[in-house]
Formats: sequence, C-alpha cells, structure tokens
Amino acid sequence: MTGLAPGAGRRLAPQIALLLLVILFCVFPFYWMVTTSLKTQLLALQAPPAWIFEPTLSNYRAVLIDDGVGRTLINSLIVAISTTALAIALGAPAAYALARFEFRGKKDLWFWFITNRMVSPIVLALPFFLIVRKIGLLDTQLVLILIYLTFNLPIVIWICTDQFRSIPYDLDEAAILEGASQFRIFRSICLPLAMPGVAVSAIFAFIFSWNELLFALVLTRSNARTAPAMAVSFMEGYNLPFGKIMATSTLIVIPVIIFALIASKQLVRGLTMGAVK
Amino acid sequence: MRGSVGRKTIIAFIGPAVLALAVIGIGPLLFAAWTSLLNFNLTKLRDVRFIGLENYANVLTDEAFWAAMGRTFTLLGIALPVQIALGLGIALLLSQPGVGFLRTLTRLSLVVPMATTYAVVGLLGQVMFNIKFGVVNQLIGFLGFSPVNWIGDSTNAFILVVFWDIWQWTPFVALVLLAGLTTVPGEIEEAARLETRKWWTILRHVQLPFLIPGLTAVLILRTADTLKLFDMVFTMTRGGPGAATEFVSVMIQRVGFRAFNLGLASAQAIILLIITIILSQLYLKLVYKEVRQ
Repeated sequence: MTGLAPGAGRRLAPQIALLLLVILFCVFPFYWMVTTSLKTQLLALQAPPAWIFEPTLSNYRAVLIDDGVGRTLINSLIVAISTTALAIALGAPAAYALARFEFRGKKDLWFWFITNRMVSPIVLALPFFLIVRKIGLLDTQLVLILIYLTFNLPIVIWICTDQFRSIPYDLDEAAILEGASQFRIFRSICLPLAMPGVAVSAIFAFIFSWNELLFALVLTRSNARTAPAMAVSFMEGYNLPFGKIMATSTLIVIPVIIFALIASKQLVRGLTMGAVK
Repeated sequence: MRGSVGRKTIIAFIGPAVLALAVIGIGPLLFAAWTSLLNFNLTKLRDVRFIGLENYANVLTDEAFWAAMGRTFTLLGIALPVQIALGLGIALLLSQPGVGFLRTLTRLSLVVPMATTYAVVGLLGQVMFNIKFGVVNQLIGFLGFSPVNWIGDSTNAFILVVFWDIWQWTPFVALVLLAGLTTVPGEIEEAARLETRKWWTILRHVQLPFLIPGLTAVLILRTADTLKLFDMVFTMTRGGPGAATEFVSVMIQRVGFRAFNLGLASAQAIILLIITIILSQLYLKLVYKEVRQ
C-alpha cells in the first residue's frame, strides 16, 4: 500500500469492499461447516444457531472411533492413490504418443478420450453394477479403482499431452543420433521434463476420485465404502446427527482444499483440460 | 524425424490406455444397450425377457423424463449466465492493479468452493438452509424477513440448487476469464484506453476476443456437468420435494437403483449418452477450432 497517491484510498475502497465480499461468499460455507462440526448435537440443532460457543472435538471422536469413518477415509485414500497411479502409468505414455507420433485416427482417438470426460457417471453405473454383481466383485476397492479410470485417464492424457508438446524436439533428435530408442527417450528425457504436468494431472485425478459419490454409493456396501458415501449414510431417519455429518464432511474436504491450494496456479488448466492455460 | 516411428512402438505407448478405456468404458455401454432391450426389474427377476425397443418407446413418450431433461436445461439456462456475469465481474476486479495482498487472498478463496466435495455441498445445504436452525434464515431474519422453507418447497428447493451451483462454479468461471484477460496484450489495451474511457467498449472490442476460448470451454464443461449433476442434489433434496429437483441423472438413478427398473433406466441412460455425445461433438468442434488455430 506504500507509494499510493493521496486519494487512492478512496478510489480503492469499492474495490476492497467487493473483494472482501467475494472472499466472504466463497469461504463462509466452509467456515460454517467447520464450526458446526465443533458443536454438540444439542448446539448444532439450536434455533437460532449460535455463533459463539465452546468448541468440542466430541463429533470427531464419535465418527472416528465409534462409527468407523477412519476406515472409510483409508478406503478413499487407497482407492484414490491406486487409481491415480494407474491412470498415470497408462495415460502418460499414451499422452506421449499423442504429442509426438503421427498416426491415422489420432484425432478420433482424441475426441473419444474427451467424450469420456463428458458422460454422466450414471450411464456407466447401471451396467457396471450388473456386471460386477454377477462376477462377485461388488463392494471391493478394485472395482472403484478401475471405474474411476473412466474420468481419470482422459484428464491425465489431456494435461500430459499438452505438457509433452511443450518439450522441444532438439533433445530427442540428439538422443536418436546417439542411438536411443523411443522408450529410452520417453523414460530418460521427456518424462522427467514433463513432471510438472504429470504432477498436476495426478493432483486432479486424486481430487476427482476422492470426491466421487455416485459410483461409491452404487458399487460399495461396507468393506470398500468410501468417506463421501459414509457421510451420506448418516442421513437416515429423523434427528439427523448434523454435528457428526459436518465433522465427516470436514475430514473429507480439508485434504482436497490443501491439494487444490497447492495446485491453484494450474487449477484452470486442469479443469478445462488444457483448453485454457 | 516426427512420425518416423514404427507401428509397434505407437501401439506399445498408446495401446494399454486404449484397451483399458475400451474395457471399462465401452464394454459396460454395450451391456447397457443390451439391458435396455430387456424387461429387467431387479425385484422381478423371474420375468426377465427381451422386449425390443419398448423401453425406448416408454422413455420417449414419458413426460416425467422430458420434464427432468427440461429441468436440467432450465438449471443450466439460469445458472450459467449468472456465473458468467459474476465471474466476469470478479475477473475484471482481480485484473485491476492495487491491493495485491487482498487480490492474492481472493484468488485463494476462489479455490475453496471449487474444491469442496459435491456431496458435502449438498449436506451443507441441509445444514445452512434448514427451516429451524439454519443460519440463512437467521441472517434474513436480521433483515426483517420471516423464515423461508427452503428444502420443503418445490420452487425454493430448485432455487437452492441454482444457488449452490452458482456458489460452486462462479469461481471457476472467474479464474478461466481471468486467465483470458491476462492474454490481452498490454499495448493494445493501453492504446484502447487512450481512445475511450468506457470500460464497456474496452470489454466488448478489446478484451472479449481473448475471452472467447475460455467462454467456449466453460459452456462445454458446464453443460456436461449439469447433465451429470447428481451428488449435490442427492445429498440435499434427493430430487424432491415431489420431483422439483429431479434432474436427469438423479432421475435415472432413482429408476435404476430405487425402483430397480434397470431395463428402463438403461434406455434412459443410453438416450442421455446420445444427447451428451451429440452436444460434446458439437462443442468440441467449436473449441477445437478455437484452441488449435
């Protein structure tokens, strides 16, 4: 704020007020979620709601120790990490091929990959449920890890293709003169240089998998239940345990927000799949 | 040097991804296409039989299905213009010089709604808009309004879904448009500012061309995501009251997994898939032209 001309304060006032309004609008629901999670059930249902109260961690203790939310968080973590690793392992080489090689049908392949990002999960959840039920894999982590590839692979392929394109060809050409194979160029030259893009796509794949509800709701019961599906299962009957629901919600949301803040510079690129940088 | 790679090498690189997506993406779709031709209800498994296109005939003439489709596009039609208007406002605000610290803080705050788990948004809706203990009714009470039944009333429940959609995705639109604004070359903008002082003229003639690629992406992704919308609605209203917030994906979930009519639900899903593919091909042609030029 130093070095501003006199009168700048008055000119900046509306801008400051509007920015504060935007911040309030964005953050208030998050604030309300966290504070509700720190209220006792009685306080959470008090009308009108209390703004100042003595916070308690009893909801967290209850959901983590008595209700087994801890296990569903671990399930979510296992599923999200596995599907992300698999998406990178399959997607990064594919992205490399799309960025560096010319072949027939490349454009159609491209369209197909991105169409997968557009399709409503309910379209796949119906047949997946029937197939998985028949082969006895209902309620396993494996099924979620595989089906989450339908949205993770397109994201990884799109962001990484973009990244591989930005690596200059000179390096490959020098390596080819040295007699290096394409696999070696990919592994030793391009992949290390593409790490920023790979990391961003990994963060996105992780967030989308961690947040997913519909497939988890349909394809799991208890063993492989993920945290969002668990949060929903508290919503049965009357007198809903809103403190516990908000505690579970907070546990789900906090890691995502941390990841998203880390990747905030690349957020737009990731969400628009490279269409906007 | 480019393209001088053997077929085997290309397949080695791209084959695994294509195979995986074919098995988990296309396989189940074929199965859904087959199921859609059956009379298949999980509660009447003894009566599974081939009925041809009867499910499709039922869906195409089903007023409830088209009402859900209409509701979905009404939501898009209301929320998207608001998101673009507010998002543009925020983007312009953030592109102004001055108050650097506050601008950084705003950019970070914008991440919060986008990162909030969709299912949690719906749960938050139940807590904050509760008729008795909800904070929103308390706040509007301060302004002199009587408590509103947000979730239990058809119109209000729809407004609630629109509200949360705007809350969650306006930041996304803002950041996309902000990215667009930073691509406007400084000289051009300065030259224009010497010509006119009207911000509207500058927006329309100088900045808008640089915002088009971002706006196209927003249009595509918001359309796809509205057709997919399930989590937030399911955790907040379950499609109710009545069918007031039963959007197309919520409806298919109800028919398939709460009424167990998987044949009919599959036919609905296939029709939704066809609509999605037509729309995304149409849009992609648009954005592909924009991006690749």
